[in-house]
This record gives sequence, structure tokens and C-alpha cells, in this order.
Amino acid sequence: MDIALSADDVAFREEVQNFFDTQFTPEMEANLRAKGATGMIEWQKILHEKGWVAPNWPVEHGGTGWSATQKYIFETERSLRGIPDVVPFGLVMVANVIMAFGTDEQKEYFLPRILKSEDWWCQGYSEPGSGSDLASLKTKAERDGDDYIINGAKIWTTYAQYADWIFCLVRTDNSGKKQEGITFILVDMKSEGIKVNPIIGIDNEHNLNEVEFNNVRVPAKNVVGEVGKGWTVAKALLAHERTGIAGVADIKRNMRMIKEAAAKETNGGQRLIDDAGFQQRMADIEVELMALEFTELRTLATMAAGGFPGPESSLLKIKGTELQQATQELRMEMAAYYQGVLPTDMDPEVLGHSFGSDARRAFMYGRAATIYGGSNEVQKNIIAKYVLGLE
Amino acid sequence: MNFDYTEEQQMVRDSIARFVQDDYDWDTRRAIVDGDDGMSRDNWNTFAELGWLSIPFSEADGGFGGNIVDLSVVMEEMGKGLVVEPFFPTVVLFGGLVSRAGDEAQRGAVLENLISGQTLGAFAYVERQSRFEISDCKTTATASDGGFTLNGEKVVVFNGEHASQLVVLARTSGEQFDRDGLSLFLVDANAAGVSKVAYPMMDAQRVANITFDNVQLSADALLGTEGGAMDVVDQVVREALIALAAEAVGIMGTLNAKTLEYTKTREQFGTAIGSFQALQHRMVDTMMAYEQAKSLLFKALCEYKIEPESADTTIHALKVLIDRNSKLIYGEAIQLHGGMGITDELDIGHYAKRLMMINATFGDGTFHRSEFIDQAYAA
Repeated sequence: MDIALSADDVAFREEVQNFFDTQFTPEMEANLRAKGATGMIEWQKILHEKGWVAPNWPVEHGGTGWSATQKYIFETERSLRGIPDVVPFGLVMVANVIMAFGTDEQKEYFLPRILKSEDWWCQGYSEPGSGSDLASLKTKAERDGDDYIINGAKIWTTYAQYADWIFCLVRTDNSGKKQEGITFILVDMKSEGIKVNPIIGIDNEHNLNEVEFNNVRVPAKNVVGEVGKGWTVAKALLAHERTGIAGVADIKRNMRMIKEAAAKETNGGQRLIDDAGFQQRMADIEVELMALEFTELRTLATMAAGGFPGPESSLLKIKGTELQQATQELRMEMAAYYQGVLPTDMDPEVLGHSFGSDARRAFMYGRAATIYGGSNEVQKNIIAKYVLGLE
Repeated sequence: MNFDYTEEQQMVRDSIARFVQDDYDWDTRRAIVDGDDGMSRDNWNTFAELGWLSIPFSEADGGFGGNIVDLSVVMEEMGKGLVVEPFFPTVVLFGGLVSRAGDEAQRGAVLENLISGQTLGAFAYVERQSRFEISDCKTTATASDGGFTLNGEKVVVFNGEHASQLVVLARTSGEQFDRDGLSLFLVDANAAGVSKVAYPMMDAQRVANITFDNVQLSADALLGTEGGAMDVVDQVVREALIALAAEAVGIMGTLNAKTLEYTKTREQFGTAIGSFQALQHRMVDTMMAYEQAKSLLFKALCEYKIEPESADTTIHALKVLIDRNSKLIYGEAIQLHGGMGITDELDIGHYAKRLMMINATFGDGTFHRSEFIDQAYAA
């Protein structure tokens, strides 16, 4: 039972601090704000040059080989500075699947390109009509010589408008149980027959899309894992997704922003941060957050020791997203009338406020967190079945 | 970074778990609680023989030299078995004060007998009006004949019925609410002028209201610095809060396990009630509440090990979370056990009552949330 940092850890922390402070310049930050998701590519390439873009990959594929403590230090220092996390679809999601289930050829081709951020990935899981009941998916892949012909549609596809590749769950067999006959396949977004239709989100932004497949021809060698075993592949991916999803460092940053703003916003001359009711709401979130940070550390420590994440990891997604939303809600409410400001280039001086629109966007986009990656209700079903053994 | 227990800690854990399993089944415990004494002296001697009473004390004082993690292991396991023998008031509170504030002679005179199981002790600090503010103290000790004269009343003294020796918090100077001017005294529970009214609490603790009427104390009854008691009291309370949190974590885990087991076997409408999604999701909530409390306990333990004072904010947060999550857990445990859950016969209600008393000891969730806010958001 020990969290004291070793001398090596302290030296590592200095290295991380130094790297972020010299590389994440105000220009880089402005670039990210202006270009949004595409600006991330430039930042990810800088991380890659340093060898730090994929902390969770095994060393042989270009990972860092960091201890749990080092990962925690890196993550903490990153979020302290408001640096966004890497886009997960390539570096976290499909990479893990390829490493675990891919052929040597797939590993050799895709992994280096993912590491260098040469390809932008998106995730083709959900379909119009199949939401949390993922296994009910209908997008069909039929064998034709060395290829599959895909027909159907995927939805809620984040960043499909930028993507070079999409990893999909498709139905290759209809005869058995619905979980059987699903196959995990990689599709080039430039293929003929793919159409991307934008969906404007509740946050008034274009992040989501519908992706149509009309007789899209995909080489059979792009199947990852066995044909018909896509459900197993998808489940393994969900476990990876779940452990990284608590977002403790980012929630801590939200709390810091809330405290800073609460020291400035006033009601009848009294600062919000001195208001007893507001203090209690902050405290209620923070107490839970302090606990969640250690729940995440427990998971990290177990995994670093080569273990499989225990029951404590199952709650990371649920608790993490609940707290994300709680902080987003508090920050938005703090903006009072200005919480309703739509995306704007207006000078804050003219507008009269600095964070209202940001807070609104974060709150609105944040609604998705309890729905994606398996809704929190589905997560509870999973925990009930696999952790508590309830049938 | 690691959250593992050492081999030695694992052995202590196993030894207490074995005792609970072999010698402390529910009927045995019930017989002890219902008996005149409300505790088992035989068990207490067993605790002494197995070395549990020596754990937090230094080797120089004849103890095991254990740290906060060792203590938390003991408390967690005792929580699981709902052990009613007065480990917390005797070892953590009374022993904690004597070992920190006492000089060599006082420590020698008290701790050896405590560790061997002969002395049961108590800390008398609560007054009728004081609620959770320990320094709200009207009991006085005035200088007389080279010693002190003690007057006043302490209430809800844990282990007050059995304790043969008391550490009493009394005012030697200052006003009712002052932090300064408080002193600790080692008082024989049978001394002239000491009288008590004992009564049982809902968690089977035997407590007492103790009155001090011109009790004559010699100068060497003073424990630690005259007027400077609160520094030592703070240290002991800090450790006690972690110990209570560990006990609560043990109880919450046990309640969850018992409830889960029950819903897998209890049938209604032709099926195990654990198959109902409405109940499954609630049991996931209680599982998460337990894991979160355990995580925050780990944070407090790790920080305390580095520097006890550095854990203060976390300890306030921990007491808030234990308060909140224990209410969810015992509430659901009672509810999901249905009619049986509201009987005295079933153990569920007894675990719930102990959690309630833990919540009410050294400040409840509301109290500690205010303390947390004062520390975390101080202007």
C-alpha cells in the first residue's frame, strides 16, 4: 500500500513537464482550437516523434513500456495543461484489435501507419435501428471471390468525415444466434459506394455521421480475427475502451476551471465560491472524484502487474461519465444566461462573457458519454452478469 | 505504486477471518451481546494472545510496531464479523492517547497491561452539548494540592461500562469552546468521586455517562502537556477516522455479499429475484459504492503513511463518502431482504446499525463536508 514516487518517477515527471511545456506551445493550442479534430493530427505527430503517442502499446509495436505510475504521471500532466487526449479510434481501439487478433500482414501494414497518425480511423458499430443492442446489426457482407460486398449503413460515426479507414462489424451469416455470424472488417473509406451523411449534434457541431455502404467491395484479407467471430473481437475492444474511459484527469481539470470561474462569478456581490450551496455541490462531486482517481489507479496497478482488471474497473465508465456530466452541468450553470450562447467568433469583450459557449458545447456533447461505448444501462447489465454473477 | 497488502498483513487478516469464521458465528455473537457483560472476556484474552491488541504500539512499548495499514486490516476484518469486543475504544482511542501523550512511566504503567488484555480502557470526551466539536468542553480540572480536582460529566463514553481506566478530556484553562487550555488525564474508573450510568447502544456497544465529582488526581495523572491536549487528540482522531472507515468498508462489503447471495436464492414470481433488472442495477450501484469507498480508504492510507497530516482533506472526504455510500448500501440491503430485512433475527439490521454508529462517531457526513469545504475551498 504505497503511492510515494521514486526518484526515477520524479525525474520522469520532470521530463514530461519539460516536454509538454516546450512542445505544447500557445501556437499549438491555438491551432488545435482553430482546426479542432484535424489539428490533433499535428499534435499526435509530435507525440510520436517523442515516442509517447501510444503509452498503452507493447514496446515491440512502438509503445512506451511505462509503469502504471508513469502512465498516471503522464496523464495527469497532460490534462493539467488542458492538452486533449489522442483521438482513440486508431491509436486505442483498432490498434488493440489488430495487435490481439490481426494477421502479421495487417500488423505490419496498419500499426506503423496508426502510430505515425498517417491514417484517420472511425468506428462502424452502431446502425440505424440497432443502438445498445449491438448484436442486432444488419449491415451485410457477402463473399464474392477474394472480396466481400458490403451493403447497409452505420450511424453515430464520429469523425467519419475525416476518416481514411473505418473498422466495422458486419453480418456474414444469418443462420445462428444473433451474436454469431458477425465479422470484424477494415474498410477503406475511399472505396466506391461509401457515402457519408453529416449529422448535426445536440451541441450544434458536426462530429457525427451516417455512413452508407452500397455494394462496397472489400478484400477478404481485411477481416480481423476469424470470420463469424467478430463479437468476441468487439467484446475484447470494449474492455479496452472501458478502462480508459473514466477520464479522471479531465474531470479534475473541469473542477479546476469551475473553481477558477467560481472565484470570479458573483451573485449580489458574493462570489459563487463563497456560497455555501455552491460549495456543497462542488464538494459532493469532488469527494466522488477523489475516490474515482484511486479506483483508476487500482486498475492501472493491477494491469501493470499483468493482471486482468478486477471488478473495480467495471465502474470506471459509469462513474467517470456521471462525474464528467456533473462537472459539465455545474460549469454551464455557472455561466447563467450566457450558458445559451451558440458557437460564436464574437470577441468576449463585446459578448460580455468568456466561457458560456464552451461550457454549453461541453455539456451538450457530454450527453453522449453515458450513451456511447455501451450505454451506462448496458454497462450495468454487463457488471450484473459478469461481475456479480446474476442471470 | 502498489495497493497490495504485505505477507504479514495478509496473515493478520487471515487470522482474524479464521477467528470470525470458527469462533464468532452469528449465534455465538448474539449470545455474547445478550449476556450481562455484552462482551466476551475469553475472546479478549484470545485477541491478546494472538497479538492483535499490540498492533499499533511501538516495539519499545511492547507492541508490534504496526502502521496505519496494519490497523486498517484489523478493523476491516472485525467489521466483517461485527466483532463487539471493545478493540476500537481500548486500543485505538485509549491506547492511542496514552502511547502518544504519555511519558515513559505512564506508558509503562498502562500499555503493558493493555496489550496483555488485563486493562480495558476508554476515552471520555463527549459532553451533552458538544456534539462533534471535541473542544467544546465544560469539564474542568483545577490545580489543587500539587495535583488536580476533576469536575464535570462525559456522555456516551464508548466502552464506558467495562473500562477500568479512562483518559478524560478536561479544561485546565480558557473558555468553553477554546482549543487551547484542554488537558488529558489518566483516571481510575473506580476512583472516589467517579460514578457512571451504563447503557447499551443499538450496535451492541456498552457505553456510559460518567460523572466526576471532585475527583482528586495526583500530578502524574496529567497525560502530556497541560493545556495542549488537542494536538494529541487530533492525531488520535485522525487515526481513529481511518480505522472506522476501514471497519465500515468491511461491513459494506459484507452487506453487499449477503444481499447478492440472498437475491440469487430467494424466489418470487417463480424465479430468483436476482434475475430482475431493476434489482440488478441497484446491486451494481451498491457494488460501485463499496469499491469507491475502498478506493478512497486506500488514498487515505497511502497519504497517511507518507505524512499523517497530509491525509486530512482525504479523511474528511472519506467520512463524507462512507456516510453517503453506507446509507445506500444498508438501505438496499434491508430493502432487498424484504420482510426478513426488518427483523431483529437477521444479521442485516445489525450490520446497518453499526454503520449508523460509525457515521455518528467523530463527525457525520454533513460535519465532515463542512470541514472538507473549509480545507479545500479556503479563500
